[in-house]
Amino acid sequence: MLTRTIALLLAPLVAAAALPAPALAQGGPLRITISEGVIEPLPFAVPGFQAETAGAEQLAADITRVVAQDLSGTGLFREIPSSSFISTPGSFASPVAYPDWRAINAQALITGAVAVNGDQLTVKFRLYDVFTGAELGEGLQFAGTRGGWRRMGHKVADAVYSRITGESGYFDSRVVFVSESGAKDNRARRLGIMDYDGENRQFLTDSNSLVLAPRFSPNGDRVLYTSYESGFPRINLLDVASVGRRQISTVEGEMAFSPRFSKDGGAVIYSVSTGGNTDIYRTDLNSGAHSRLTSAPSIETSPSLSPDGSRIVFESDRSGTQQIYVMSASGGEPQRISFGEGRYGSPVWSPRGDLIAFTKQNAGRFHIGVMRTDGSEERLLTSSFLDESPTWAPNGRVLMFTRETQGASGGPQVHSVDISGRNLKPVPTGGFSSDPSWGPLQQ
Amino acid sequence: MNKYLTASILIGALALSACTRPDRFGAGAGAGADGLGAGAGAGAGFDQSAGIGQGGLGGAGNPNSPEYFAQSIGDRVLFSVDQSTLTSEAMATLDGQAQWLMTNSDYLAVIEGHADEQGTREYNVALGARRANAAREYLISRGVPSSRLRTISYGKERPVATCSDPSCYAQNRRAVTVIAAGALS
Repeated sequence: MLTRTIALLLAPLVAAAALPAPALAQGGPLRITISEGVIEPLPFAVPGFQAETAGAEQLAADITRVVAQDLSGTGLFREIPSSSFISTPGSFASPVAYPDWRAINAQALITGAVAVNGDQLTVKFRLYDVFTGAELGEGLQFAGTRGGWRRMGHKVADAVYSRITGESGYFDSRVVFVSESGAKDNRARRLGIMDYDGENRQFLTDSNSLVLAPRFSPNGDRVLYTSYESGFPRINLLDVASVGRRQISTVEGEMAFSPRFSKDGGAVIYSVSTGGNTDIYRTDLNSGAHSRLTSAPSIETSPSLSPDGSRIVFESDRSGTQQIYVMSASGGEPQRISFGEGRYGSPVWSPRGDLIAFTKQNAGRFHIGVMRTDGSEERLLTSSFLDESPTWAPNGRVLMFTRETQGASGGPQVHSVDISGRNLKPVPTGGFSSDPSWGPLQQ
Repeated sequence: MNKYLTASILIGALALSACTRPDRFGAGAGAGADGLGAGAGAGAGFDQSAGIGQGGLGGAGNPNSPEYFAQSIGDRVLFSVDQSTLTSEAMATLDGQAQWLMTNSDYLAVIEGHADEQGTREYNVALGARRANAAREYLISRGVPSSRLRTISYGKERPVATCSDPSCYAQNRRAVTVIAAGALS
């Protein structure tokens, strides 16, 4: 336990010092340290979860697939196909036949069982370190409703991921995004919400008016976004459960946009344009009190708070081109932190506090990158015709962003990539999608 | 609930019909058969002398019509990459727009700022605001009352040209002056 704690504390420092890439510590206890050199994904076996009640067979199989896909989808784990298995567990309580799993080089073994009682669903699992021949952590049980079966699979996978990497998980989380359809010069946009893996997609608004850049509240109950519903850009607040929405009262101006919640969810930081000048403001959602955070004749937008709430990172073109700056959460003189070639925008502070993700535009290409909060150790993770708008996974290890393809038939698609630049892939969204905002790990 | 739904559908239908009527701004409305007050105020003088047949042409030939404004005077000015400075060509177009707006004093205008796709979304909204404001300030300097001019930015969300090369980008970096009847404000 002691070594695990130390490793967890050290992880952010290691990430900053080296190019973070997954590494598998060989010869020691079962562990992936996400912050070290590159190595093969960790092989795991997950025999189909046992159905402990009649009729639970399909759910058990489906939940097993969710667990396997979550883990394989990180790029850190590799599933061993069941066709390679020498034996399968007799029941959830049976002793583990370690030699059979060692023989096929499974380093982790996950066993589980599923029971259904009316609408009640119970899922339990155990994780084994095959080479040391011991259970890793204690067995866990999750109880919920049948309709939440995918979440139960995500919860199991989060626990497995967390025990092996020492990081918190991110599978049981949701993403709000903009769903797009229609021709490029007549595109309809509406807010959508989905599980992190693109499942359970639902719309939150209709497509009658333009919407931009939704942002989740810290606990995932509400969404701020820019809406042209009134005819002009204004900031709307939407309640996820009821889908009720209202325009929030902002500082007077021709346009209000680029909203983000404060860390306690009680205030909004955003931009207002007046007379062609764009600055950053803060409005308390309860009292309606406003404060102005920047006063410059240049463009100041895309504010994002540090996790401790003390600082704001934003973009400004006060130097002549779009660059990234950090200032106190109450305003004041900002420090420029981006100094590389090209233009930098849409900065977002990592929930871990250690990194800032951004969009970089240089020499006709767009990149998603990360840098330390002082601007050092910039690393570009992607490159394409148009990548933009990064958002952090709740554990600060993965980013989603918008990748748009060029030309009249081109369109945007939400993608994800881990902070080592590996495992770049599209998130299935059933059509064009943009501006993802990754919500918290669900309770 | 039912009442609410019906009301929304009605409003939607009204809005739709208003949008699809080619003479939605009123001026030069030939038939004048609608009950929505086409020709309210603006261009009314012309309406009185115009025959029914003439009005049916849609008003583009009428120098006091928004269609004429858009097609003959030019409703848009273009900008260089990441710039909001008006070119001499843009100023000439805006001179014409100012003159038209002074003559047709019952109309309001909304100036829409736009950006090409080569930029991040929120920055482009701010850049479009800057461009719309540059056009607005120029019109004000030419005598158009500021109370008649509003601005809005669509950033890169409303391209008119869809290819991904400089020829299309140049058309999309624009400020478009959209004429609206004063009676509708």
